[in-house]
Amino acid sequence: MIEIEGITKRYGETTVVRDVSLTIAPRTVTVIVGTSGSGKTTLLRMINRLVEPTSGTIKLDGEDNRSLPDYELRRRIGYAIQGHGLFPHRTVAQNIATVPTLLGWDGARIEAKVTELLTLFQLDPVAFGPRYPHELSGGQQQRVGVARALAAEPKVLLMDEPFGALDPIIRAKAQDDLLAIQKHFETTIVLVTHDMEEAFHLADRIAVMDKGEVVQYATPAEMLVKPATAFVESLIGAGERPFRLLAIETVADAVEPGAAEGEAIASAATQREALSTLLWTGRKALPVIGPDGALIGKVSLDGLVQRAAGPT
Amino acid sequence: MLRLPTLFRLFAFAVLVAFLIQPQWFEPLLRPLVQENAPAIYNQGSLLQLTLLHLRTVAIATACATVVALALAILVTRRSGAEFLPLSRSLVNIGQTFPPVAVLALAVPIFGFGEKPTLIALFLYGLLPIFENALTGLTTLPPSIMEAARGTGMTGRQRLMKIELPLAMPVILAGIRLSVVISLATATIGSTVAARTLGEVIIAGLQSNNLAFVVQGGLIVAVLAVLIHDALQAAERSLGSRMGR
Repeated sequence: MIEIEGITKRYGETTVVRDVSLTIAPRTVTVIVGTSGSGKTTLLRMINRLVEPTSGTIKLDGEDNRSLPDYELRRRIGYAIQGHGLFPHRTVAQNIATVPTLLGWDGARIEAKVTELLTLFQLDPVAFGPRYPHELSGGQQQRVGVARALAAEPKVLLMDEPFGALDPIIRAKAQDDLLAIQKHFETTIVLVTHDMEEAFHLADRIAVMDKGEVVQYATPAEMLVKPATAFVESLIGAGERPFRLLAIETVADAVEPGAAEGEAIASAATQREALSTLLWTGRKALPVIGPDGALIGKVSLDGLVQRAAGPT
Repeated sequence: MLRLPTLFRLFAFAVLVAFLIQPQWFEPLLRPLVQENAPAIYNQGSLLQLTLLHLRTVAIATACATVVALALAILVTRRSGAEFLPLSRSLVNIGQTFPPVAVLALAVPIFGFGEKPTLIALFLYGLLPIFENALTGLTTLPPSIMEAARGTGMTGRQRLMKIELPLAMPVILAGIRLSVVISLATATIGSTVAARTLGEVIIAGLQSNNLAFVVQGGLIVAVLAVLIHDALQAAERSLGSRMGR
């Protein structure tokens, strides 16, 4: 649980973050979005005190984040940034071992952790551990950057545009991997991005920032249906709204009784994917199969159209 | 398989060692440079001993200059020492602009003849390249890496020792290399105040109008400078290539 209470940051005359209060539930993904200069990165960096707030408090599990020396606090909080920030003179294994080494873990435990993380991120520990960062591709470097942030098993992971430098295909894969890893470690993730698509894909809750203030803090569905301000609406993109609405819910929620012809779709797929398949194949309905492969009903074009409709 | 430039350097090193141990082997080569019945090989002391003393003087002066310049560069790149940056820059610059001969002239009345005035002149002269390079190395580190170092919870000292110095090391080494090469050549003038360096050979040659002495003294210094320069450069490269530069 992260409780941000009345946080303000001023640099001289300019107020970068103005009186922000947010409560972030444990084991969730919160995405902070906003245009550049909206103060979203500053807000994130105040959580691990890379930036000290002018006023206000931030509590982690009820404990003020100023009750520890700043470097000890940061060892407890994972931090991943755009362009990964890997140490070029250290091997991949040494990079991942950074925080455990600072914490004084014994060698065997560090080695086991490095192996576990590399395997989890689909990098062969024997092949990649001894390599230097510049010998890796962009996607691999990014994964090592996240692995390093997670090495000391932090409860909280802060990410500042972690996928910003990746091409679209690798980025989509990295986002899916992140969600899988978040479930695996039950980490609380706070992620900053300017990409709405990314926000809707990853977030349990989205905080929209504009000129240093949080203008809306809501679940993706709420935000789509009831955007708080014109700015939020423009950020979402009016033309994208029905598709985003369908993209955040799975087919399982739209299953109707009955049968349909043709190739089936998995219940875990998004409703947007179902709509896309329906439109592309020119059918009126698709059979739906559950996670066990059994037929559980159908999803129809009419049903999805109704679901995509906004409030009237 | 050794490459040609490496072979050439090994050969130069072998010739240098041979010349220092058995100079009379090379007498026929130097004979044409001198008048009849003048000695073609330096005969007022051992060339090997002078070379070792010369290297020792340079090593001591550069080591001191490295410690002071590096400590100064580290100090002024910390947040608490930033205000001393302009001051330390001008101090080090003065060291460089002051001609070594003038330093010798000023130092002799205080420290007497011998090695000390030379060490002081070389030390002052060697500060600037090391300081400037260390400053460049420590202030041009990629911001994302420094941010990551803070974000992982390293203390200021840990960032300096584990990240900043290792990353700046190739640039710092380049400064030391520059300083060593300058000192190797400048050390010869130390012999004007009776420091035991290879300058003795050159000065003896100038005094007795013996071109062979001047040539052998100059060549030994030149070959030493080239070989040490290349060795340090190779060390920088191997450090740099590990970091993907």
